[in-house]
Amino acid sequence: MSEVIRVENLHKTYRMGDVEVPALRGINLAIDRGEFVAVMGSSGSGKSTFMNIVGCLDQPTRGKYFLEGEEVGSLSRDAWAHIRNRRIGFVFQGFNLLSRTTALENVELPMMYNGVTSKQRHERAAEVLSLVGLGERLDHTPNQLSGGQQQRVAIARALVNQPALILADEPTGNLDSATSADIMSLFQRLNVDQGITMVVVTHEQDIADYAQRRVMFRDGVIVSDERKDTSVNRSERWSGPKASG
Amino acid sequence: MTFRIALRALARNKLRSFLTMLGIIIGVGAVIAMVAIGEGAKATIRAQIASLGTNVLIILPGTATQGGVRTGFGGVNTLTEGDAKAIREELRSVAFVSPVLRRPEQVVAGNLNWNTLVQGVAPEFQYIREWQVAGGRFLHDGDIESDAKVALLGQTVVRNLFGNDDPVDAVIRIRNIPFRVVGVLAPKGQSSQGADQDDTVLIPYTSMQKRLMRITHVQTIIASAVSADRVQEAQEQVTLLLRQRHRIQPEREDDFFIRNLSDISEAASSSARVMAVLLGAVASISLLVGGIGIMNIMLVSVTERTREIGIRMAVGARSRDIMLQFLVEAVVMAATGGSIGILLGIGSSEILKFWANWPTLVSPIIVAIAFLFSGAVGVFFGFYPAQKAAHLDPIDALRYE
Repeated sequence: MSEVIRVENLHKTYRMGDVEVPALRGINLAIDRGEFVAVMGSSGSGKSTFMNIVGCLDQPTRGKYFLEGEEVGSLSRDAWAHIRNRRIGFVFQGFNLLSRTTALENVELPMMYNGVTSKQRHERAAEVLSLVGLGERLDHTPNQLSGGQQQRVAIARALVNQPALILADEPTGNLDSATSADIMSLFQRLNVDQGITMVVVTHEQDIADYAQRRVMFRDGVIVSDERKDTSVNRSERWSGPKASG
Repeated sequence: MTFRIALRALARNKLRSFLTMLGIIIGVGAVIAMVAIGEGAKATIRAQIASLGTNVLIILPGTATQGGVRTGFGGVNTLTEGDAKAIREELRSVAFVSPVLRRPEQVVAGNLNWNTLVQGVAPEFQYIREWQVAGGRFLHDGDIESDAKVALLGQTVVRNLFGNDDPVDAVIRIRNIPFRVVGVLAPKGQSSQGADQDDTVLIPYTSMQKRLMRITHVQTIIASAVSADRVQEAQEQVTLLLRQRHRIQPEREDDFFIRNLSDISEAASSSARVMAVLLGAVASISLLVGGIGIMNIMLVSVTERTREIGIRMAVGARSRDIMLQFLVEAVVMAATGGSIGILLGIGSSEILKFWANWPTLVSPIIVAIAFLFSGAVGVFFGFYPAQKAAHLDPIDALRYE
């Protein structure tokens, strides 16, 4: 099964009082394993709604959502929680780490909900923190970490249960450009080296350039779906060891 | 696992957790201390009553409707030593019997005098009242037969007439009649009515009748039953016997009145118990208030931690995980508060015992109940906030500012 995500005729309508607001009006999309996709669109375009459904946080009004071949759009809340724990990793614009909690404990958090023993948790958490370059800062709390470092902790947390898919919502929105570049390089590295499928929501073209495919939302439908071809000034970002992370 | 999550969450904000617990701490502490005071009072009363002698019946002349003749000085002369002897000889459920006559008298020794209660009694009085002799001997049958002029002194009388000297074989005068001291009574302390039981002089009841009072009847008869479970039986048998001896017609009332000391003890215990229950109820109300405090703080906490709950749900926590986490937080807070309160309550009881000399008795049952109750308060008052937390929508929660 090479498809990680498949949505068919996805609709989502919100009810605000008497008014019905259609946020998604028939989305058809398939994303393969190992792809790096940027989702773009202005606010109100439906991209956030789409991400919520793909992330098993919300239910479509109509249509189907297949995750790794399994239809998950209408599963129970508990089943969704399991999926979010094991198969999807989230990275948010605001990092969303627990305050007054060490980096190690933050990364361990998903494992506390699937019964991993204390020793295994520590080991695994330390492992992924090294992977993202924070091996020295296991016992730092968020207020002792820079924005970029906090986001790395969040990325480590998203990776800790070996998900098939990482969903990132404006992951560099709160970071300066240099740090943003670091984070996006890290995403690239994870995508290429670990084969993790990446879906990143952004409204910045610079950030979208790190992806291979760009899907554009407008008014609840997809208006474009382009694959990037490697042009001259992109090749820098593809060279392996030089990419900082 | 959830336990650890809950503990970490509580530890993250220790001050707030402590302030939340304060209501429970005070409530439980108050319950423990007040019940300890109540139990201590109950035990003291019981001990005081026990010092009057166990399984004791007091037979008084006059009818129940005359008010029970509290002072023991009946206006009616219906009890005789014959009655006492009959009770002793004929009733199998009665162990010991003694007539008792009492009157306040002035007692003179040398150039000192002292006003005390003189009691005319029989030798078996010492067994009924469980009163030991500290020096010399008690009265014996010979003293009774010969209306002997012998006496035993209570500790208070000894102290006031003889100081530290041994009064045995000394002579005291009652109504100018010389009595030889043959013994000293062991100390007894205060009665449950507050009278000094050691302020007394015991002489043979026959001497009391003939030499001091010039009467042929006896004022009261006291008896002890063979065992505690036969007190009721003894009381019934004495009633039948005296009705027979006094030739009372079946439809007429008794011309005597029997008081059962265990009834008095029960009455005193039950009023102490009522007090303890009232105190416990008042303190329990403060425990309830403490629980409401927990609920309020937890509701605030849920609101403040909306984002955190969203994060947890995003990484895979189910509704039930969130519910359990907050419930456990509430129970841990309540139980910890309860434990601290228990320690505080025990500490206060001990302080009262040593500094204020109040008798306090900490009951392990109450401690266990208080602990369980605080846990229950945690579950009950934590439920609503926990449910609120568990039903948050993750998307909204993550967006919460």
